[in-house]
Amino acid sequence: MRTIEVLGSGCPNCHRLEANAREAVAMVGVEADVSHVTDPREIVGRGVMSTPGLVIDGVVVSTGRIPSAADIARWLSERG
Amino acid sequence: MTALALRRPNVPLPTVATAAAAAWLVAWLIEAPAAEWLTFSILGLQHETHLGEAVAFFLEDLPKVLLLLTGIVTVVTLIRGFFPPERIRPLLAGRGLVPGSFAAAGLGIVTPFCSCSAVPLFIGFVEAGVPLGVTFAFLISSPMVNEVALVMLWGLFGPGIALAYMAAGLTVAIVGGLFIGRLHLERYVESYVYELQGRPTIALEVHLTWADRLGDAWAYTRGLVRKLLPYLILGIGLGALIHGYAPTDLVAAIGGRSNPLAVPLVVVLAVPMYSNAAGTIPIVQALLGKGMPLGTTLAFMMAVTAISLPEFVILRRVIKLPLLAVFIGTVSTGILVIGYLFNFLVS
Repeated sequence: MRTIEVLGSGCPNCHRLEANAREAVAMVGVEADVSHVTDPREIVGRGVMSTPGLVIDGVVVSTGRIPSAADIARWLSERG
Repeated sequence: MTALALRRPNVPLPTVATAAAAAWLVAWLIEAPAAEWLTFSILGLQHETHLGEAVAFFLEDLPKVLLLLTGIVTVVTLIRGFFPPERIRPLLAGRGLVPGSFAAAGLGIVTPFCSCSAVPLFIGFVEAGVPLGVTFAFLISSPMVNEVALVMLWGLFGPGIALAYMAAGLTVAIVGGLFIGRLHLERYVESYVYELQGRPTIALEVHLTWADRLGDAWAYTRGLVRKLLPYLILGIGLGALIHGYAPTDLVAAIGGRSNPLAVPLVVVLAVPMYSNAAGTIPIVQALLGKGMPLGTTLAFMMAVTAISLPEFVILRRVIKLPLLAVFIGTVSTGILVIGYLFNFLVS
């Protein structure tokens, strides 16, 4: 089971990133738990200050931008 | 055009970038004569008439502003990608108030800022040991000295006013940071922020290629232009009406030097227009042409970008009301002082 966390206060960009992440999970065909972290303390605790951030299996792979579903799919399979 | 090409990996990136730059340059060079020709030859309007001047203003300014926005915002966004807050935080942590405030104000120019990131940014700075005053210097400078405002000022007024705006913004940020820092208001920061202090800094595994960066910059620019376009059309349309029709005496009477309340008046007017520099600058340009003094104009611009009610509401989650009030008061006072000072100096 993989874990994907979207870090962000719930702004439109964060929702777009979450949608891309779900699409990526479907593309790769893995089982993954996609969740959304909105608590700013928790976000900063991951070392992220520019939202939205993306965490795959506990590792921050992107901050302050919205990677495409294809990019996220590539990271998912590279790190798998 | 660029976006389509970027999706095709068979076209080399330098080719796409060069072609886009060349197309931009050609459009920039032919834009003003094309607007003249369209207004006076094709539409058959007369020079020196209200309608002719207004239409020419609109047809010349709209493509000019759109070109400036797409071109310069793409480049600025690309550069900003190299200065995320995660990277500049170590540069500010552990510095004294004075050097820290200068550095924070300067870095605020190149760091991307989004009000939805204001809370994590504030917590991140404070927990890493960035002094409170330095954090506020950054929070003032980053939204105020923003790329859209600078680009529009440079394009519509020339480098002099753009640089004056930047210098004024930096001054307000530095002085504001020093002032807030000297007041020692740490007790008005929500206590949980300090409880987080001293956690280990986490290294991020973020890797970006040039294609990623260019793609991001272009996507951001497209989104921005799309969002701003209705305001631009409205702003430039109003600017054109003022340019063609408004009597110079009226503008001078309300916004001019003879009205001592002009500066606070424009600052209050600017509050609901927050973060909409693109739509307001064409109006400002027309007003300046009609005799509104430079200081009043700069105060208006700074208030548009720096006084943002949504951002204040968001910041309330990390700082208590007295500190928030000091922050708002400091920024507003700084803007008023800059306004009066420029009106006094440039006459």
